[in-house]
Amino acid sequence: MSRRPYVRPMKPSWWLGQRRYLLYMIRELTSLFIGLYCALMVVGIFRLGQGKAAWDSFLAALSSPPGIVFQLICLAFAIYHSMTWFDLTPKTMPLRLKGEPVPPKTIVAFHYGAWALVSLIVLIAAGI
Amino acid sequence: MSEEVKLEILRYQPELANEPHLQSYTVPYHEDWVVLDALNHIKDHVDATLSYRWSCHMAICGSCGMMINGEPKLACHAFLRDYRHRTIRIEPLEHFPIERDLVIVMDGFMDKLASVRPYLITNQKRQLGEGENLQTPLQLMAFKQYTLCINCMLCYAACPQCGLNEEFVGPAALALAHRYNLDSRDHGKDERADVVASDSGIWECTFAGACSDVCPKHVDPAAAIQQTKLSASLDWFKSWLRLGAYR
Repeated sequence: MSRRPYVRPMKPSWWLGQRRYLLYMIRELTSLFIGLYCALMVVGIFRLGQGKAAWDSFLAALSSPPGIVFQLICLAFAIYHSMTWFDLTPKTMPLRLKGEPVPPKTIVAFHYGAWALVSLIVLIAAGI
Repeated sequence: MSEEVKLEILRYQPELANEPHLQSYTVPYHEDWVVLDALNHIKDHVDATLSYRWSCHMAICGSCGMMINGEPKLACHAFLRDYRHRTIRIEPLEHFPIERDLVIVMDGFMDKLASVRPYLITNQKRQLGEGENLQTPLQLMAFKQYTLCINCMLCYAACPQCGLNEEFVGPAALALAHRYNLDSRDHGKDERADVVASDSGIWECTFAGACSDVCPKHVDPAAAIQQTKLSASLDWFKSWLRLGAYR
């Protein structure tokens, strides 16, 4: 008898069944919100170029309740996005010091440290 | 009555049906049995028509990979005691066509493995009398982890990209390419780049990381692929700089 291999179709809901794939898809989804926030920043630059009145209305829109909710959602996704990538950096950039591998936890901790430092500098520069 | 375990096995018998179906079996429970022991019990005492691959029973040969309750595992590495008081569902590895029962078609995988030229490519012609190609422990450590792959294909079953794009070269083959690229005796990186850095190669990987989660030998193919991406990007940037210098 000739061969008759059976191909199982992949269901559109393949990522819903397991925590591993669900978290992966959430990580991929975060890029959408990061993209939207980048677009908001670009709009801000355009509004700045249009003069003071346009810039003030842009700032007012940012401070409105929907504006704040949108930024909080973007912040939450950005934090999740950053944390997932920090956790993956030891795979991407394995380091060796004097021939010995640097423990993955140290590499991740260094990223969190750098993040805290940069945040502190931004906060100081913003005068908060 | 002694304890029993219920197994649900996805069966595909192309001479009898056009589609696979689930078949239930009951086997005795033993504290030290793995799923492969249960399958062997069925084959020997219950239903001799059940087909599956196995050989070593010690997580070395990589033959008995299958989906066990939705997770790609070696049947010889999955103890019944870890699934106690639950029905165990056994299916052929995901993302591969089914040849028969739990046996998958692995031709595509073998072609992908060969496509990355997984052997030493050297531009130094050496005579036998010159002796071995020596390597320091540090040079060996750079790639040793990636030599441990047993070609069990669990990573292909775990990788969503392998399911979505059958052209994707996939975790094991790309990790093996990385293994040779990192070898101090090898000079074949540029030759392998035709496949490794192609549209079906490393750039098809979205770093779901599932391949490394399921790898029974801790090869960490996800790490190999990300490191290859970094290295390929640097190579591209260097060649771009060099082109700029000639202008």
